[in-house]
Amino acid sequence: MYLTRREILAAFLGTPFALAACSDNTSREFPDGEIVGTNVNLGHILRENRNFEVPAGNWQTVKVAIIGAGIAGLSAGWKFAREGFNDFVLLELEKEIGGTSQSSVGNPVGYPWGAHYLPVPFPENAELVSLLDEMSLTEGRRASGEILIREEFLCRDPEERVFYKGRWYDGLYLHVGESDEDKRQIDQFQKGIDRWVSWRGNDGKRAFAVPVANCSTDAQATALDKISFAEWLRQLDFTSERLLWYCDYACRDDYGLKLDQTSAWAGLFYFCSRVRKSGDESQAFITFPEGNGRFVNHFLEKVREKVRRDHAVVSIIPNEKGVDVVCLNENELRGFHCEKVIFASPIFTAPYVIRGFNENPAFAAGEFQHNAWFVANLFLKDRPKPRFAKDFPLSWDNVLYESPSLGYVNATHQKGIDYGATVWTYYYPMCAEEKGRTKLFNYEWRELADVCLTDLARAHPDIYELTTRIDIMRWGHAMISPRPDFIWSGVREKAMRPYRNIHFAHTDLSGIPLFEEAFYHGLRAAGEIMR
Amino acid sequence: MKRTPLLFLNVIIIATCGLIYELLAGTLSSYVLGDSVTQFSLIIGIYLFAMGVGSWASRYIDRNIAEKFVDIELAVAVIGGFSAPLLFLTFANLSYFGIVLYSMVFIIGTLVGLEIPLLMRILKDELDFKDLVSKVLALDYIGALAASLLFPIFLVPKLGLNRTSLLFGMLNAAVGIWGTWLLEPLIKRNINILRVKGFVILALLFIAFIKADSLTTLAEDNLFTDNIIYAKSSPYQRIVVTKGKTGHALFLNGNLQFNSFDEYRYHEALVHPAFAAFGENPKRILVLGGGDGLALREILKYKSVENVTLVDLDPGMTELSKALPALAELNRNAYDDPRVSVTNADAFFWLDNNTLEPFDIAIVDFPDPNNFALGKLYTTRFYKLLKSKLKPDSAIVIQCTSPLIARKSYWSIIKTLEAVGFIVKPYQTTVPSFGVWGYALAKLQPFETPSKPPANIDLKFLNDNSFASMFDFPSDTTLPLEEIEINRLDNQALVRYYEMEWRRFE
Ligand SMILES: Cc1cc2nc3c(=O)[nH]c(=O)nc-3n(C[C@H](O)[C@H](O)[C@H](O)COP(=O)(O)OP(=O)(O)OC[C@H]3O[C@@H](n4cnc5c(N)ncnc54)[C@H](O)[C@@H]3O)c2cc1C
Repeated sequence: MYLTRREILAAFLGTPFALAACSDNTSREFPDGEIVGTNVNLGHILRENRNFEVPAGNWQTVKVAIIGAGIAGLSAGWKFAREGFNDFVLLELEKEIGGTSQSSVGNPVGYPWGAHYLPVPFPENAELVSLLDEMSLTEGRRASGEILIREEFLCRDPEERVFYKGRWYDGLYLHVGESDEDKRQIDQFQKGIDRWVSWRGNDGKRAFAVPVANCSTDAQATALDKISFAEWLRQLDFTSERLLWYCDYACRDDYGLKLDQTSAWAGLFYFCSRVRKSGDESQAFITFPEGNGRFVNHFLEKVREKVRRDHAVVSIIPNEKGVDVVCLNENELRGFHCEKVIFASPIFTAPYVIRGFNENPAFAAGEFQHNAWFVANLFLKDRPKPRFAKDFPLSWDNVLYESPSLGYVNATHQKGIDYGATVWTYYYPMCAEEKGRTKLFNYEWRELADVCLTDLARAHPDIYELTTRIDIMRWGHAMISPRPDFIWSGVREKAMRPYRNIHFAHTDLSGIPLFEEAFYHGLRAAGEIMR
Repeated sequence: MKRTPLLFLNVIIIATCGLIYELLAGTLSSYVLGDSVTQFSLIIGIYLFAMGVGSWASRYIDRNIAEKFVDIELAVAVIGGFSAPLLFLTFANLSYFGIVLYSMVFIIGTLVGLEIPLLMRILKDELDFKDLVSKVLALDYIGALAASLLFPIFLVPKLGLNRTSLLFGMLNAAVGIWGTWLLEPLIKRNINILRVKGFVILALLFIAFIKADSLTTLAEDNLFTDNIIYAKSSPYQRIVVTKGKTGHALFLNGNLQFNSFDEYRYHEALVHPAFAAFGENPKRILVLGGGDGLALREILKYKSVENVTLVDLDPGMTELSKALPALAELNRNAYDDPRVSVTNADAFFWLDNNTLEPFDIAIVDFPDPNNFALGKLYTTRFYKLLKSKLKPDSAIVIQCTSPLIARKSYWSIIKTLEAVGFIVKPYQTTVPSFGVWGYALAKLQPFETPSKPPANIDLKFLNDNSFASMFDFPSDTTLPLEEIEINRLDNQALVRYYEMEWRRFE
């Protein structure tokens, strides 16, 4: 299918904007770059229906195989290593470790390809706190027990700014030009959040907590999962455009879904789960130039010898003695005889790789739906000039109100580097789209780079001259989609039970794509096995 | 015919406008390039010569004279009207400011030179030659007189350079539009097109006139009262040096950094208390900021000092003494002293990424925390980094803005230092160019407040009495009663205090 530039821009950025952008015919220098990441097309290999006969000399025996070196798999390996259990391997499809939390090394700083922050955990999340202690990110405890994170790792102020009708403003919620009604509604909304923050279920638990496993199962709270967040807002008569935008942005940012596609439970989870008690601010963010790649690299140090890169697991065969795992490594098949497997790759792939799963499914794997994203890293030789003296300055997270993208994160921000070269990470979720993934993979680097630059040029006309390179990652299965009636439908509980010596561990199992959730499931699965 | 007197009125307006553009260019160029004698003389010369070129060229206009006249009028309106705003914008790039300036003067001169001969030819059928010449030229000179009186008395003080330029552009456009009616019988074609053009230009000038303030983000025309002798935009800031009756003054992004008339008060108060607090034989000194070299001058007065490391972001600043002998003289050629080594880096990043032998004394002289990039240089994180480059008995001093104007900001810096374990002795003094100014003297161990400046140092301002009194705070500058926040990277409380407190004075 051949589309004109205008049609492509319209598809990604909206028709009116595309028309305006295309009417400007000034020829501009276009930076270099390429599509990076995903070097193995697993779906393709599996569809070929090859026979996966492992040559006899290529078998090894190991107690546990962890499949997938994302945060979940790495956390499981980290736990094993900490407890002195060493008879395991960590098999990763890609050449790069980290899954959706991977990052790259760069100059002057590294930069993320996906996850880029972690909110400061509550002290009761003891294992996560012990990870932060181990990484020397903490500097003690408050009298109340709250952990103190070292200043240089807490997101540096200014954290967010928003671009609206030609100017940048402080914060994410747009205050400028707010009417009295807008103010009343955001106030009302805040009160609603506060009520849920202090709410406790008949089991004594919070409605929204991290990890999701600690949330109340009281029907009053879980009923929120039946409707969309948009519907919830409608029922409470919220109509303020900027409030709805704010909530929609939250859904797109955390889940890659629009307001009307997100479950109300998941929507409220975003606003409530990181607030200690009603009236408190949300927990501060821990961040690094390379984002959560910092955690990946820390885990990697602890389990380096166990990691097998470029090992695509193509078949998992449960049998009487345990589980056999077959992987494809540089066109060669290798096998592992294991007692147990930790399945730390996306849950929807289970039926394709686990032999016998389809005939006798333990759960409906198809309910674990993912959406597609693309992430671009722009290498800038200098910062764009502010257009107005009073424009709010470059922040960590920079959001465009009128754009379907999520804006960009500035990698040098956290390091206090405020001049000269930097890297911006631009996020674009393919929300809503029935065929978002196909659409995304129909386009090549040049088209996606054009979308990104055209989008950013609305705020930074000089972006073309400043960008020396754009690399783009297309995430076909970026993150789990908490659509209505998924998180509390019961399917997650089923998937969390071991299936013929296979223990599932992936953030998907929480229905919420977060570091803390992946970490929780990694540790849970490792714990189940060691027990 | 009744249109003749009206056309004479046009002559006056045209003459006034013409001279105004010339005066504007002269004023602007002496503002920006300094040396007003040369600038005015050059501008007047080029302008008059260009008028000559225009008059001579008028012979080549044979047909449609009335229409051409209106066109020229409109061209003057655009180029002349936008001349000041355009020059202000190019001012940011000094290297080609001159080219833009002189070509603009030449173009406006040529166009104005065309006007009067053409108008005379239009009028020639209606008057006899003797009459024509005497009236037109007389009115031309009257217009010039009006302009030269209006310009300094009313226009510059009341409207500023930009609005003056735009206002006269509008007058020129109005004359052009009016001309399409006065000369209607003489204009053969395109009269409507001319009128549309005229109104569009008038509208654009009018919009710019209304928006003139936001148009000149560089609103330097009302900022600097003295002549600018140096101006350069580095990648980090805009550096401007002016020279006036009281001496030289340095501005960074429009904020005064020092005036040579009283800077010794500021720099003596900055440097010597830290030396007094350190005691015998300081050897290794760190200076953060202070690229003007004036703190260096004070430091180098100590014979015991073996090396001084100066870290300033902007090579434009540390090299300013080379470009401006007046500054080198003021800092007594501090940069030529072999004890001084200069690094151009962001001090925050530099402290974080260098392992160094500890320093005896650190002098921290950054611009006020008026943005987040500067605010980070006053955070607990920054002071912790600094701490790691000190010995247990090192002394530091920080310039901390005005405790009178920005009382919370001042005490927020003090609190921030205390939060990372410094024992702080706040002090203040008066620097007329700045007002009441605050500093923080600090060490990592308890220490006596020094009572007099070190002996045998040549000082102009500090003496035993004035020294001790700096540590007393009048009631309007003491620690406020309300809770003052500590400035951290993740709250930048200081930038917000500072914004709030200084905004009252804008
Ligand atoms: C663009 C983006 C931004 C995000 N931002 C944040 C954020 O700021 N904060 C946050 O907390 N979370 C964020 N997330 C969510 C992020 O997904 C989780 O934080 C976490 O990284 C999920 O880890 P995981 O191990 O569960 O899954 P994954 O990251 O999906 O890891 C699965 C791993 O399994 C491998 N694999 C798959 N199939 C096979 C196979 N057959 N054989 C071998 N290996 C296989 C994959 O290559 C991958 O490495 C973001 C996600 C995306 C996509």
